Amino acid sequence: MTLTLGHYLSLGAMLFALAVIGIFLNRKNLIVLLMAIELMLLAVNMNFVAFSHYLGDMHGQVFVFFILTVAAAESAIGLAILVLLFRNMNSINVDELDSLKG
Amino acid sequence: MDVKTGFFYLFSVVLLFAAFRVVTARNPVHAVLFLMLAFSQASGLWLLLQAEFLAMVLVLVYLGAVMVLFLFVVMMLDINLDTLREGFWKHFPLAATLGALVALEMAAVLMSGFRISEAPKAALEVGQLAPQVPNSKALGILLYTEYLMPIQVAAAILLVAMIAAIALTLRQRKDSKAISASEQVHVRAGDRLVVVKMDVVKLGEAPKSAEAGTEADASKETKQ
Repeated sequence: MTLTLGHYLSLGAMLFALAVIGIFLNRKNLIVLLMAIELMLLAVNMNFVAFSHYLGDMHGQVFVFFILTVAAAESAIGLAILVLLFRNMNSINVDELDSLKG
Repeated sequence: MDVKTGFFYLFSVVLLFAAFRVVTARNPVHAVLFLMLAFSQASGLWLLLQAEFLAMVLVLVYLGAVMVLFLFVVMMLDINLDTLREGFWKHFPLAATLGALVALEMAAVLMSGFRISEAPKAALEVGQLAPQVPNSKALGILLYTEYLMPIQVAAAILLVAMIAAIALTLRQRKDSKAISASEQVHVRAGDRLVVVKMDVVKLGEAPKSAEAGTEADASKETKQ
């Protein structure tokens, strides 16, 4: 039994579903929300790399490279905002972040 | 079942377990550590897919930089865990339903839409670079020829992210008594010491001024 594209795609789908579940379970904890987003991006990247390998196309890996770049920027800014938020409100509970009255 | 398949299942099981623990761990520090485990397993899987460069980038950038950033932030914040865990299991039925829905939808689309059971094509067959070119070199050739403009944009994005992160978290402390090195270096003797000329004082007479004008109370002794 050899590895097929389906193996990797199912793994990516399960990982993505776990991350979605995590977002719903940790609705209040902003840090775990950010980590679940990282897991989602990892699942997407897994699919990109799997397609790139099985279709013999390097462009998929270039896209993974760019996704990694943007994900690193996103987590850096997200964590900076988180630190700022904690400094001002002394909490990272999503329910208390309602000062914009949205 | 060959060795590659065995490694695939090993990495996958550990990856899924780590991802599960990330979203259910009580302590955020444990969640970050499990996320590191998940990324390392994903890096192993990418090595199985012959994407060596990206696997190493994942280890260096994610395990080395981003996860340490997460760990620092988690340890810096003093979080009340109990209020954050409120209603954790209340949302579980909805979460499980949606997660299963996502997984099933993706499975349905991916299984029917792609020829998933075929063996990997050699890179040569689809008109790409020759297969003997190593992965990093092939990626580098693509990045610096066809994707030259996007990589510059990516560099600009990273710069903007860096500036934004610094600008967001930098603050001037009001209570700080820090010294300014520049001011210290550029000070001249005249700024610190004032020489005051004064009349001769005879012995026994009351001096016109209590003390000779030294540097401290020079403002009082401005007779000349």
